Amino acid sequence: MNNPISSIGKTILTLGGHISGVLSLFYNTLYWVIIGPIKGKASSRQSIFEQMVFVGVQSLVIVFFISLFTGIVIAMQSAYQLNQLGAVIFVAPMVSISMARELGPVFAALVVAGRVGSAIAAELGTMKVSEQIEALETLALDPVRFLVVPRFLALIIMLPCLTIMADIVGVLGGMIVGVTQLDINIYRYTSFSFDMMTFKDIWTGLIKSVVFGASIAMVACYVGLGTRGGAEGVGKSTTLSVVISFILIVLFDCIITGIFFFSNV
Amino acid sequence: MEEREVVVEVKDLVKDFGDRTVLNGIDLKVYRGETLVIMGGSGCGKSTLLRHMIGNIKPTSGRVELLGEDITDRYDAELDNVRKKIGMSFQSSALFDSMTVAENVSLPLKEHTNLEQSVIDIMITMKLELVGLRGFEDLLPSELSGGMRKRVGLARAIAMDPQIVFYDEPTAGLDPIVASVVDKLIKDLSEKLSITSVVVTHDMKSVFAIANRVAMLYQGKVLEVGTCEEIKNSKNPMVQQFISGSFDGPIHFFQQKDDYLEDLTK
Repeated sequence: MNNPISSIGKTILTLGGHISGVLSLFYNTLYWVIIGPIKGKASSRQSIFEQMVFVGVQSLVIVFFISLFTGIVIAMQSAYQLNQLGAVIFVAPMVSISMARELGPVFAALVVAGRVGSAIAAELGTMKVSEQIEALETLALDPVRFLVVPRFLALIIMLPCLTIMADIVGVLGGMIVGVTQLDINIYRYTSFSFDMMTFKDIWTGLIKSVVFGASIAMVACYVGLGTRGGAEGVGKSTTLSVVISFILIVLFDCIITGIFFFSNV
Repeated sequence: MEEREVVVEVKDLVKDFGDRTVLNGIDLKVYRGETLVIMGGSGCGKSTLLRHMIGNIKPTSGRVELLGEDITDRYDAELDNVRKKIGMSFQSSALFDSMTVAENVSLPLKEHTNLEQSVIDIMITMKLELVGLRGFEDLLPSELSGGMRKRVGLARAIAMDPQIVFYDEPTAGLDPIVASVVDKLIKDLSEKLSITSVVVTHDMKSVFAIANRVAMLYQGKVLEVGTCEEIKNSKNPMVQQFISGSFDGPIHFFQQKDDYLEDLTK
């Protein structure tokens, strides 16, 4: 039983099972998002709104904090290099474009995965081990429609919003360095920030954040609903959901960037 | 005895969890209007049997019929119609933490009926009155005691006026007085609302307080089924040991001396 080949095979089978589990949860979620309202079984607006407040509004401060300092750091690091070329003014587009294309979506997603993904996994996990999920099913209420859909919608709506906020605050952070330390005129800095940017820089970033939001929601809900074994199980699920979300965010970031890079959209 | 309608029928039910056989060929019928108590030691598969009856667990082999419909191969949404006709009271109450008492009880009504909010409010008040918890509508489950939570769970189970209510250990973890309150409640519900009840418990006091018929489960099999009198007068020593709760008897918690010696010196 302990031979390495069988254990590799077992691992692959388990992994495959989990991937198909997440995909079928995703399919069910989409079914309820699209077909639910047609059948008059939409998720309650109140619970979607509650989740949106939790995902979006309550993450604002920490997203602001992180993107402000990210903006400052990129400005300083790139100024160090660009100074040698005598092109300090390019700090402005450097910050704005890297925030919009890459850092805004990724950092917002990491913050939300850590803050919201873990909370979702813990909440659903606790509901699972305390028979609440089974109670929902017994009341003929689908846990996917009832619990997963509001969280999914909240994440794919609010994460792009957070990303836009992160982009703006990041640019502001860069501007602080540019204006106070690099002696760039504030109007010049602003116009350079946005003139060099194309619309594509922004929408590719937003597409990323939608994908990140969907993967955080699916991972957290799948892990939460699969929780077993009491309080210890809930703890494990929480950790697992954060770890997997982080990996997926970086993985999808790489894939989506690759697609845009090679397809020249 | 006249022929009565069978509302739950379990036929030759077998359930394996991995290598362990939990239920091993169960045959059981529940008739309309009666209160059937399934008793047995911890871990003998009582709760598992109950979950088979409501379709939450699928058997390894055998059939389950609920309200005349075969639910053995039905999953999720296909079960919804029959699930709307039953209620379930969970061992841990399983109230939704984030909702108040009133929201918990009204949830099935809001989701499955088109009643006006004012009608629903009246119905909630009535259900809470039945379980003696009127006036607690706006509290959260975390603000209630264990016994109160059990009763709210009960109110939620009967919110849709079900034909059958399933109870999983309704008196476990309650003090004797609250336990008899819950027992009386179960009895009242089945008599006043003529609800069929299936109760899983190992609390002997409540078994004879509420049961019309009793089924004793042991090691995944039905040891004996009968009325309270029949069970009390049972010749089966295992049933007698369970009723009296004595240490000595055919049911062993520890290995026999010889077996133990052999096991240790192996």
